Amino acid sequence: MIKMEHVSKTYQTGMPALNDINIHIRPGEFAFITGTSGSGKSTIIKLLLDELKPTKGKILVNGKNLSKISHRNIPYYRRNIGVVFQDFRLLQDRNVYENVAFALKVVEATNRRIKKAVPEILSTVGLAPKYRSFPKQLSGGEQQRVAIARALVNQPKILLADEPTGNLDDRNGWEIMRLLEDINKKGTTVVVVTHNMEFVKKMNKRVITIRKGQVVSDVEPTEEF
Amino acid sequence: MKISSFFYSLKQGFKSIWRNKMFSLASIATMAACIFLFGVFYSLGVNFSRMVDSAEESIAITVFFNEGISDQQIKDIGKKIEKRPEVSSYKFVSAEEAWESAKKDFFKGNDEVAASFADDNPMANSANYQIFMKDVSRQETLVKYLQKVDGVRQVNQSQVAAKTLTDLSKLLSIIFVAIILILIAVAVFLISNTITVGISVRKEEIAIMKLIGAKDSFVRAPFIVEGVVIGLIGSGIPVVLLWFMYQNIVRYIAAKFQFLSNIINFVPEGTVFKVLVPISLALGVGIGYIGSRVTLHRHLNV
Repeated sequence: MIKMEHVSKTYQTGMPALNDINIHIRPGEFAFITGTSGSGKSTIIKLLLDELKPTKGKILVNGKNLSKISHRNIPYYRRNIGVVFQDFRLLQDRNVYENVAFALKVVEATNRRIKKAVPEILSTVGLAPKYRSFPKQLSGGEQQRVAIARALVNQPKILLADEPTGNLDDRNGWEIMRLLEDINKKGTTVVVVTHNMEFVKKMNKRVITIRKGQVVSDVEPTEEF
Repeated sequence: MKISSFFYSLKQGFKSIWRNKMFSLASIATMAACIFLFGVFYSLGVNFSRMVDSAEESIAITVFFNEGISDQQIKDIGKKIEKRPEVSSYKFVSAEEAWESAKKDFFKGNDEVAASFADDNPMANSANYQIFMKDVSRQETLVKYLQKVDGVRQVNQSQVAAKTLTDLSKLLSIIFVAIILILIAVAVFLISNTITVGISVRKEEIAIMKLIGAKDSFVRAPFIVEGVVIGLIGSGIPVVLLWFMYQNIVRYIAAKFQFLSNIINFVPEGTVFKVLVPISLALGVGIGYIGSRVTLHRHLNV
């Protein structure tokens, strides 16, 4: 599903971010990518979203070679990938329903589909009763749930989460982690980039550790969990 | 683009205009000023052009014939004149008609003096062709040609008047085009500024749109709507204003300065606005569209 082969990325400033990394994430898997800040974790997310092109190497996502996707087809590629950020990135002037519906409007979905899909995904993330609230009226955890609903409403095969608990307290952080786990159980491949080792240890998922742009360990979950 | 997306872009475009009220207003005002000035120049230009045309038509070249020329030869010269493309019309003036005209011009009130020439037409040798031009700038070519025609004794022309009118007409056209170009540049610049503000206000939204798979055209559409709507409003207002002004000014001048009616014959508003309205609206929409496209290309990596 996600294959990075001998991928290196050096920014235009000359700063190397990734150096010859190989990662293979299977369909339906839940994987953490961890590392200290500046290790290159976020560069991986940007490469997977095709925001950046690798300096060297090949990236395959859902069977597509990213270096061969034309600029014109990038939007269609991104529709198969949901993405969630640390700072939620919600539109402050729109309510919960509108924020989620926005993801479908952008891909030119029909109104009928929007009216059916948005309430469904809001109940999946437990926010159906708050569909008219604006982001400012919600807690951090609730805002992240809206962001997750927006990422999932288009039914992507992969969900990328870049430090999804970074702005949340432990309780809300755990709620988000549990939600991501539920989503994964329903078949979506989930990749979570984080530096919060407490969550990583307790979740017992595959953990890929990056240091100075290289994969230093890749540990599968232990059986006893 | 789907219909629902079209309406979505339309709504977002209007929202953006409303959100950046001050910038939108400034752009509409500048656009309105541009189109208003364009309209003023155009109306003046059309009327001046009509004045020049009628003045040009009244300027004649006079062709005199050799003494003792036969009627057939005069007819042949007439045929040659008729074939020239720069000629609008021509007429034959006999010696008698020439004398009648001279009497009116020079002996007005001195009928007795004029009568003394009764049996001896002093202009017996002044039969001529009067030629009226389609385009005064080609007068010189025609004169040179006529001077070489057999049987032609002399060709008279009003060179100064012709040259002055042609030059004035050219100068006005250049000034008109230069002013319009400057105004268009200013309008494009201001619309571009408004769109830039719109983009910076919606930066976050645009980034999200791109990440969740919006096509470039979907991201661009609201800004294009914004530019085009500003252009349309900015050109519609002055056109309406000009319509009322033109009607009233024409009426006012006709009523207050009747002596001018011989010199100025105003082009009817229907004729002026039949051309001015579509050009102004197209200019407004075009400037709005170009202004937003240029800005999107520069500030938005889509």
